[in-house]
Amino acid sequence: MDKTVKEPLIHITKRRMVSKKREWTVRIVSILLALIVCAIVTAVTTHLNPFAVYASMWNGSFGSERKMWVLAKELAILLMVSVALAPSFKMKFWNLGGEGQVLAGVLATAACMVYLGDKMGNAGMIPLSLISAIALGALWAFVPAFFKAKWNTNETLFTLMMNYVGIQLVAYYIIKWESPKGSGKVGIINQNTQVGWLPSLGGKPYLLIVLVAVLVTVLMYIYLRYTKHGFELSVVGDSQNTAKYVGIKVDRVIMRTLVLTGAICGLTGWLMVAGTDHTITTTLAGGRGFLGVLVAWLAHFNPIGMLLSGFLIVFMSRGASEISTAFGLNKAFGDILTGIILFFVIGSEFFINYQIHFRKSHRKEAADV
Amino acid sequence: MRNISKSFGSIQANDKVNLDIYRGEILSLLGENGSGKTTLMNMLSGIYFPDEGEILIDGEPVMISSPKDAYDHGIGMIHQHFKLVNVFSAAQNIVLGMETDPDGKHISKGKMDIAAASKRIREICDLYGFDVDPDQKVYDMSVSQKQTVEIVKVLFRGADILILDEPTAVLTPQETEKLFNVLRNMRADGKTVVIITHKLHEVEEISDKVAVLRKGQFIGELITSETNAQEMTNMMVGRQVELNIDRPEPKDVKPRIEVKDLTVRSEDGILKLDNVSFTANTGEVLGIAGISGCGQKELLEAIAGLQPIESGDVLYVNDDGSKESLIGMDPIEIDRKGVSLAFVPEDRLGMGLVGDMNLADNMMLRSYRHGSIPFTDRKTPRELAETIVDELEVVTPSIDTQVRRLSGGNVQKVLVGREIALSPNVLMTAYAVRGLDINASYIIYDLINQQKERGVAVIFVGEDLDVLLELCDRILVLCGGKVSGIVDGRKTDKHSVGLLMTKVGGGEIG
Repeated sequence: MDKTVKEPLIHITKRRMVSKKREWTVRIVSILLALIVCAIVTAVTTHLNPFAVYASMWNGSFGSERKMWVLAKELAILLMVSVALAPSFKMKFWNLGGEGQVLAGVLATAACMVYLGDKMGNAGMIPLSLISAIALGALWAFVPAFFKAKWNTNETLFTLMMNYVGIQLVAYYIIKWESPKGSGKVGIINQNTQVGWLPSLGGKPYLLIVLVAVLVTVLMYIYLRYTKHGFELSVVGDSQNTAKYVGIKVDRVIMRTLVLTGAICGLTGWLMVAGTDHTITTTLAGGRGFLGVLVAWLAHFNPIGMLLSGFLIVFMSRGASEISTAFGLNKAFGDILTGIILFFVIGSEFFINYQIHFRKSHRKEAADV
Repeated sequence: MRNISKSFGSIQANDKVNLDIYRGEILSLLGENGSGKTTLMNMLSGIYFPDEGEILIDGEPVMISSPKDAYDHGIGMIHQHFKLVNVFSAAQNIVLGMETDPDGKHISKGKMDIAAASKRIREICDLYGFDVDPDQKVYDMSVSQKQTVEIVKVLFRGADILILDEPTAVLTPQETEKLFNVLRNMRADGKTVVIITHKLHEVEEISDKVAVLRKGQFIGELITSETNAQEMTNMMVGRQVELNIDRPEPKDVKPRIEVKDLTVRSEDGILKLDNVSFTANTGEVLGIAGISGCGQKELLEAIAGLQPIESGDVLYVNDDGSKESLIGMDPIEIDRKGVSLAFVPEDRLGMGLVGDMNLADNMMLRSYRHGSIPFTDRKTPRELAETIVDELEVVTPSIDTQVRRLSGGNVQKVLVGREIALSPNVLMTAYAVRGLDINASYIIYDLINQQKERGVAVIFVGEDLDVLLELCDRILVLCGGKVSGIVDGRKTDKHSVGLLMTKVGGGEIG
């Protein structure tokens, strides 16, 4: 009897075709499961009613009109960074320099506002700062792209290093522009004249940012999907040999795409300084250059999908800070919940693409004997 | 093997296959592309696990769920793509991952006795007539040597049943002969050999029995000495197939491409082509024969504008007789010159197509630049993809399927179909039928002949001398980057081409 042949307990096979319906069912089920696990973790570790905690998280994003605007603004900024990174990653250029590219835009905008704030009005300042921010952001991405295209340097390290260069440069100018002296900070720039500040549309300070983000997202969707440039960059991403074979100039595509990425990052930096913060700190990009990679990847580089994945991230982070104030919980607790949900969302991709077979019951065979 | 079934999603790769393999015989497993030969053998060697059915060895049901299990039962497989570590020596590769030596004695970690292993490797080599230097690094080896290492690796682990997946696809006729001798020695020693193939003359030459699979199902078993190529083909394809390749007489022959004193070095400075000169004519198939790595790839790429050259010239001859140099131009500039150059490269998914893109987008690779607006035209490539799927009988769920999910033959049909849709005046193909079954191969030969009759100058790089001799009007033989002869395909024979391929003075293998 001990010679009985046993199948392995589980074995895993890749699915061939996955229907859209199945994909979304798996995703929704995984989020529900994540919420159940979060509820258990909440109940066990904090002894709070998990539903009260969830309600409070919901309040963090939708509790008041102001909170909804903050959510929209945060989502808009994160979405812009993700959308900016999408073409790089689609081209398999591992651009980890989103942080630095945004900061470059921040720095250029702040520099215009600081140095030229008393020399021109908004009619000159807004286009000027916009162009400078886009140009400096694009330059920040162009440098690693150029080295990659010409000498095949490793873009991951290069873009990462460019972040630190950006941060140090900003730190230097913060000391230089310090106000008031000795505070170690740059206060609100042009507080009295409001030169370089973006106008608020219809009394809604964040409306402009949201509109720009929507526009950029839609344009990027069209660019990646329907243009010759978009097609070329996905060929380069999949196979450089094939690209050369059909006559695509690979180095030119790499540089062109990264300039686009950098430009949108620069634009984001401009929106942050001119649109909302009106100041400059080294942490203004706030990790969005990295978070954006996650958002873009979760959406498989589809800009419309990034709206959903971006929303999930922003919603969780707003919720996390809300529960930390409402229940006096440590901020880290919110991060734990975010982590659990992300784990399930990313894990769901595995269940979408693979099938797990458990050992079939042997009752039928037994009946035959 | 009893009632073995395996499916991948909706594809049934093996359907209730029963196969008996006897000790001390050489069995050929014959079938078209995608007929489930490799899948079946992968289940025997522990790569896949069957959905249904059981495997019995010497009458005992066994459970093989990993390659290690397979080795424990004395089964070893030599895959089409070698699985060797380049920077390791032959001996290191052979002992890699082994926890016990062949006698069952435990080798403790970090104390691998390479010297003893080398000694044993030499013994195995002497026994069967292999030629392996245990200390040679894999990156220094030719394809055939790497294959030998793979075989020794399997024997070293004590395998009694060896499975070889299309072992001759990468070998020259001479190397194939050597391999077959080794296999015969193994049979004499009582080992069992299963060889997966679709080359009929090899089946006839080496095997005792043939098992035929078609569309995942076991069709039948034949004793090799009692059958013939025609019968095997019919079983494999499922209907009567004509086994002769057409060779229409060339018409209206004029020079189209003149290559003059072409010299090319690889990036590491190795001489790949040495003063190569020839003319490719319209309405003619020019075959290029040679041991693999003798400059075939570089030659085609130099003509296509993908390979920087050191000296020499490639001239395109217009219809009016005027000549233009193509040197220094990239593929786009060549296209703008009005030279429609179709190129089916050796590396289909790595160069000719994008594996992750679907059929329609792969069609777009050649056409996406058309039109002056920045947007791509998606409709025309989709129509082209539909046409190719219909006309060349490409087996695919839809034109939205990623090409890397198709089988080798279908991938090739997609690529050849796209290139021919360019209505080229020069068509270059590299190993156009490599890995293709008989049916698909004949479709490709027909397509090539159609282009020839249209007046296209065809350059056909091939490895199967029988095919080159039947299909080509002239055959240029490359040996170590030099032209060792240009012969008339109708007047020469396999032996003389074979001699030119290994002509003294240029026999090094790159």
